[in-house]
Amino acid sequence: MPQLNPEIDHLLRRAGFGAGAADVETFRDMSTAAAVAYLVDYEGRPDDVDARIGRADHAQVTTRDVFTPDIDIEDARQRWLFRMIHTRRPLQEKMALFWHNHFATAYSKLANDSGPLQAAKMLAHKPTTLRGPQGQLEIFRQYALGNFRDLVVQVAMDPATLVWLDGQFNTRTKPQENFGREVMELFTLGVDFYTESDVYAAARVFTGWNLRESVGFSRTDMNSYQEFVYNAGEHETSDKTFSFPVYANGSRTIPARSESAGVQDGIDLITGLAVHPETARRLARKFWNFFVSEIHQPDPAFIDSTAAVYLQSGTEIRPVVRHILNSPWFNDPAIRFARYAWPAEFVTRAIKEVGWQNFSLDKARSPLAAMGQLLFEPPNVGGWPLGAGWFSTGTMLARTNFAATLAANQKENLGAAFEAEGQTPQALFTAMLDRVTAAPFDAIPQQALMSYLLAGSGSWNSAQLTTRAAGLARLLVGSSEYQLV
Amino acid sequence: MRVSRRIFIRDGVATVTLGLSAPAFLSAIAHAQGVPSRRLVVVYLGGGNDSLNTLVSYQDPAYYSRRPSIAIPAGQVLQVGSDAAGRALGLHPRLGGLLNIFNEGHLALVQRTGYENSSRSHFEAGDIWGTANPQSYTGSGWLGRYLDTLPRPVDALAAWNTTGETPRALLSGTTGVPAIPSASTYTFASPNRGSVAVEERTAAQIMASNPATGRPHLAFVNGTSRGAIETLDRVAQATAYTPTVPYPNNGFALALRTVAGAIAKSIGSRVFWVSTGGYDTHAQQGQGGGGGYANLMSTLGDGLWAFYSDIRNQGLAADTTVIVFSEFGRRISENGSNGTDHGAAGLMMALGGMVRGGLYGTAPSLSPGNPTLENNSGDVHYETDFRSVYARLLDQWLGVNSVPILNGDFRAGAPAIF
Repeated sequence: MPQLNPEIDHLLRRAGFGAGAADVETFRDMSTAAAVAYLVDYEGRPDDVDARIGRADHAQVTTRDVFTPDIDIEDARQRWLFRMIHTRRPLQEKMALFWHNHFATAYSKLANDSGPLQAAKMLAHKPTTLRGPQGQLEIFRQYALGNFRDLVVQVAMDPATLVWLDGQFNTRTKPQENFGREVMELFTLGVDFYTESDVYAAARVFTGWNLRESVGFSRTDMNSYQEFVYNAGEHETSDKTFSFPVYANGSRTIPARSESAGVQDGIDLITGLAVHPETARRLARKFWNFFVSEIHQPDPAFIDSTAAVYLQSGTEIRPVVRHILNSPWFNDPAIRFARYAWPAEFVTRAIKEVGWQNFSLDKARSPLAAMGQLLFEPPNVGGWPLGAGWFSTGTMLARTNFAATLAANQKENLGAAFEAEGQTPQALFTAMLDRVTAAPFDAIPQQALMSYLLAGSGSWNSAQLTTRAAGLARLLVGSSEYQLV
Repeated sequence: MRVSRRIFIRDGVATVTLGLSAPAFLSAIAHAQGVPSRRLVVVYLGGGNDSLNTLVSYQDPAYYSRRPSIAIPAGQVLQVGSDAAGRALGLHPRLGGLLNIFNEGHLALVQRTGYENSSRSHFEAGDIWGTANPQSYTGSGWLGRYLDTLPRPVDALAAWNTTGETPRALLSGTTGVPAIPSASTYTFASPNRGSVAVEERTAAQIMASNPATGRPHLAFVNGTSRGAIETLDRVAQATAYTPTVPYPNNGFALALRTVAGAIAKSIGSRVFWVSTGGYDTHAQQGQGGGGGYANLMSTLGDGLWAFYSDIRNQGLAADTTVIVFSEFGRRISENGSNGTDHGAAGLMMALGGMVRGGLYGTAPSLSPGNPTLENNSGDVHYETDFRSVYARLLDQWLGVNSVPILNGDFRAGAPAIF
């Protein structure tokens, strides 16, 4: 199978979830610049991926009764994986995953607070027929390449965030510090750029940001919901002074305001945080690690130029990502495979490359947990431990064992797919490496793979081909080389 | 800033250098070095434990006035006597199991542990406790540096992490620590059976042996793969373990059961890491001794009691020490949501057959203005440097010199828990 040029392969691994057979068709004749534009300017293509759930030529989902991804977390997880694999807008889903880690919110605490149905709805609801606001993931998808300041405002008013960081308990007499701290430490500035007194001031800023239940609310009613409300009577109205400028004129003090106008305090603070140069630099560093490299130290020129694009565009993310994907840093061949695959990236790329015919995404559910990335369940508000932090003996076994599960499931499909090309062990090896893309193999692993295939060469019939094709797929996807993107 | 492991590894310090030998040989190393008789089990309470509700100063009027909703009523606490300052103390009512160990004389409660300028950030504070360095908390961990002192070649199971992610405390310059979150799925799967499956495992082992010269990140993943393959068979032994007592059915207790299995089967691990979360109780801690925090206490106390009973029944308690810690304590006054925000000094616990039980250090006086407090009397000020507890564990329990490991002499003022 003719493959893509290495630049586009790299682009699709980083700004998408790898290339399946359909992607090869789409991108084969594109220039790299056109492929970047295709990924970044996705609005012209329909967000129609959900409508394709259930099609026989797509990956499958397992429904326990009715498939209800808006109110059932297991179904929501399957729907998200389905989107990553089959979307026509890969960068949108990739950025949604990035924001999910950045604004890490976990289902378990929400379920403990509001029950499993409401918790799933707060995270995953895509408004079609049910009443209530969109879930947090839909905010991330809507603002995937949108305005960062607007995104933080949306997240601050998001019911899932309010429950997760205890915002609903933030009252005039007893300001609650959880959200006020994390909005500075994790969502914007970073830990070195605010003080403890800023935390207390930020807690007061967000007093009155609260939740309201729908009329006749019931935890188990799929049409019940919670929504943001500004509770003016609970807002602490005095002025709030920070150690950094909140306003463009350099003022560090949010003025005293009437109760009814007090919601503006939070908007002002978020705006000030979003345009702070350290926020720009912190996002640039995170984007360096996400798009460019986890192996190489960020190039100061990359940080400066990326932060400048962010600030000059008024905190818009689309020009930032376009700048990165077109930059010399991103297109340096030395940074290919210089990133550790997140488990969700690993699983979706494996499925795209090995195959999905009759594969249910439910089979990826507990393996993803064992790899350390159960979607909608980050370990804490800081998100997942990225990079080398993904890897331990236990999580590595979970990855290789998922490779075995997938290869076992796709065994007959692989046998049929390589019937023509896999006439000899050597031919099978070449053909499989065309389909399953990993960092280059040195001589030692290459020889180990060939020895494995040659062990079956004494009786290289159709059954042996099927056996060895599945085994080879398992070894490739389970290899260390495949854990890099 | 939060410094991630990858910076550390990129600096070339943590290249995992496990040997390539067969599992039986590694097991032989463990035996040749003498199966170590002493094990340390570290229990981390993730999120910042509200120590003031774990060990309650139930005669302090300020405790009740500053926590009108979430205070534990004096009549409910499990009394453990008075500390050196004469403050009457009691354990949370759900810690009956720990009271048993206390009454047997083998639970040490070390009050007000911490350090100067306590960090209120989960991540920074976690790294400070992990590195044992409040000034520079980006390098290897204190237990990792202990592992680095072990004679080479080091057994691949010298330490055993029951969580999926390697905590900073176990980050080592030269010793890889396997993460075994579920011993029952710690296996090598194959799409094929029989001899072909064996050939796959062989191929995977050879592939992982590639030194990947010039590609340290690939070498790191290969090292992780090798560590997995080398430890599979011995971990399976620990899984095939029948405890002497029933364990509660939750992740924490099941992890402790696996640890008991590894100890009982003489796998040879010297350090075990166990964690249990949910301690970031900004809201709904529960009122009058019940609710969310009480559930955390049940999980903790019941799990540790099952573990201790199991180990003791097998005559292994004298070889086992458990320490319990969290990244910080919590604010003294409750917030508006029946919870508590991030605070400073907290409680450490140690238990085991050789632990000299009792109350160490003194409880704070929670009245505003008291010198045992800090941050405008919002938080508890530390009395015992947490590194002095580490020093005592290293010098007196693990039998190594604590000074180079902790980059300083913290033995003065250490609680005499052994």
